[in-house]
Amino acid sequence: MSAAAPASLVETDDEALLRDAARGFLAGADPLARLRAMRDEGRATDPELWREMAAMGWAGVLVDEANGGSAMGHRAAGILAEEMGRTLALSPFTSSAVMAATALAGRATDRLSAVAAGDLSYAIAVDEGPKHNLATTALAASRVGNRYRLDGCKRFVADGGAADRILVLARTGGSPGGADGLTVFDLEADRAGIERTRRDSIDARDAADITFNGVEATGDDVLGDEGNGLAAIAPAIRAGQAAVAAELAGLSAGAFAMTVDYLKDRKQFGVPIGSFQALQHRAAHLWTHMEVTASAIAHAGRALDDDADTAQLAVSLAKARAADTARLAVAEGVQMHGGIGMTDAHNMGFFVKRARVATEWLGDYGHHAAHVARLRR
Amino acid sequence: MVVDNALAHFRASTAAWLEENCPEPMRGAGWSEDEICWGGKRWQFTSDAQRVWLERMAAKGWTAPRWPTEYGGGGLSRAQDKVLAEEMARIGARTPLERIGLRMLGPALLEFGSEAQKQRYLPPIVRGEMRWCQGYSEPGAGSDLAGVQTRAEDAGDHFVVNGQKVWTSYADKADAIFALVRTDRDAPKHKGISFVLIDMESEGVSTRPIRLISGKSPFCETFFDDVRVPKENLVGELNGGWAIAKYLLTHEREMIGGGARGLLGGRAISSILGDSGIDDPVIAADALRTEVDTLAFGLTMERYKDAAEAGQGVGDASAMLKYAGTELNKQRYDLMMAAGGSSALTWDGEGALAPEWLRTKANSIEGGTSEVMLGIIARRILELPA
Repeated sequence: MSAAAPASLVETDDEALLRDAARGFLAGADPLARLRAMRDEGRATDPELWREMAAMGWAGVLVDEANGGSAMGHRAAGILAEEMGRTLALSPFTSSAVMAATALAGRATDRLSAVAAGDLSYAIAVDEGPKHNLATTALAASRVGNRYRLDGCKRFVADGGAADRILVLARTGGSPGGADGLTVFDLEADRAGIERTRRDSIDARDAADITFNGVEATGDDVLGDEGNGLAAIAPAIRAGQAAVAAELAGLSAGAFAMTVDYLKDRKQFGVPIGSFQALQHRAAHLWTHMEVTASAIAHAGRALDDDADTAQLAVSLAKARAADTARLAVAEGVQMHGGIGMTDAHNMGFFVKRARVATEWLGDYGHHAAHVARLRR
Repeated sequence: MVVDNALAHFRASTAAWLEENCPEPMRGAGWSEDEICWGGKRWQFTSDAQRVWLERMAAKGWTAPRWPTEYGGGGLSRAQDKVLAEEMARIGARTPLERIGLRMLGPALLEFGSEAQKQRYLPPIVRGEMRWCQGYSEPGAGSDLAGVQTRAEDAGDHFVVNGQKVWTSYADKADAIFALVRTDRDAPKHKGISFVLIDMESEGVSTRPIRLISGKSPFCETFFDDVRVPKENLVGELNGGWAIAKYLLTHEREMIGGGARGLLGGRAISSILGDSGIDDPVIAADALRTEVDTLAFGLTMERYKDAAEAGQGVGDASAMLKYAGTELNKQRYDLMMAAGGSSALTWDGEGALAPEWLRTKANSIEGGTSEVMLGIIARRILELPA
């Protein structure tokens, strides 16, 4: 127990200003319309939108000032992620500005500065199966003289198709299932032997399988220490989990706002359907769910800013709650919209699909709920 | 960092004081509703330790840590109050005194009472010398509380009160009751209600306990038959009682919701289940969910307290806290009953949970049902049409 009063879970004035600025910008940028257009054109990235976000400093929110960032911290990053989630704004924010920035901090300052400026994007390639699990990493980085040779495949890597560089978790020792013997490599995405195959993800975003066929690497490519890759990647994953949780909370709020508006507008039996008690109670239950989750989101940001090493419980709590809330928010969103909510012309479907993808990213409800129980014992 | 140093000092001195002054029997987890000290003129302490603990805490004003010292309270800041709660939790110190007067009437008097009323009523509440009950619901006024029919008629220097209240908590053990009474039968129903304090020993007051499914009788019916109530016992304005009632309902909702959190705050559910040797995937999954929801709800209470501290009122969101907290408490007890199996099915004895479990069924009814809470959220917060 620390002597200091715990940080308030209420937003500070600076945070409120940041939220207002983000919301204002996103209201003007209309990310939902852009997402729809991109989806229709078969594009999975929106570099112009990210350039504008980067110009406002979003790419450097976690980067120290010496490297061109604003060092506003994880609660601030969460606020940006929430606002992006609310409008389904698509960007490499979580992969680059949150996860890569966290992993590179204190290790690779030239690349960190480029990330902070929004000039360099990253994908974090860890999972090899359908569920998030760092320990089962099998992708081999075999020693050949004083070099490494990487062979294996990473599946459904978020932002993996377009990223400039890849942080890849490989096995230099131990065996799959073990936390030891893992090593993180920081590689340019077009290095010989790397093959990227875009996946047709339901959320229309960039996801790719990345195959490593005899990819050559050296000690200079290693981030952190060989064999102790978990120490290098875990803080980045944790920060990413908090950001995705915040995105899901924002997504829930976005879907909910549409739903409440619809309840007020849509008339049946001569009255707004929002006057029906059955629907009022469902909407109120969902709002309650969102309010409780909002506390876990704020707490996770504060915990990461306070002491990132002990924040996993707070982060897993946030991701579990956010996944649960988003599931309810989009399910109720469709149901309360009725038939129109099932049509592609309506935006609710985009929320449904993104909620499912973001829930799987970096660990789903069960993964994080189990973490919470384990860390509480 | 001046503030933090001061707080660290407060923590150290509080810990030392508690260590020295909290009697050993007043420490430790797992105490039941029967062991709560309610105070009042007729209170029989269950042990010397209970009496000593109350006296020592009351002398510091720590039975009402945040009330002003001039009324016997502790005068603590919110941060200090939190430290006190944390340090009490650390050694498992029991709450020295519960709660209707402390948590309900006290705040209402601080907000709406006259100086004379504060001087007269608050210090005995702090010392546990006066036990209060709440006279709100009536047979015909449950969820529709503003429909109260108990009437108080003007008889010069006093009112004459006639009518019936129901679900009055521990009315048979209370020294006094704060009640909603109708003082204007012609006004719209919210505008003819007043808030009065009535001595339970007055001529014409009688009570009858109601036996509940838990086997206990925490609630009573309370009858008023030509009861004389001095006019100085009117709190706030004549016919202005609804504002006080709403203020108190907000408090009560936070308290009931937060009470759930208090019960839940301590041990991890997963460890309780782990100790029980249960190997059931459904119970294990329910436990995970309950654990996640419990922690998140605790943080929500925290966040709203922080907001209140920052000057943002909780207001109608108390309906959300009440709804979430009470539903969660029921969820938790259902789970613990399932985990306990047959060992939880008796009225008392090792592992018996049944009375508490049955009691939780009322959580989502008392202080406004879950459905009333959802209605408040829908109309006042989401602004859905009537």
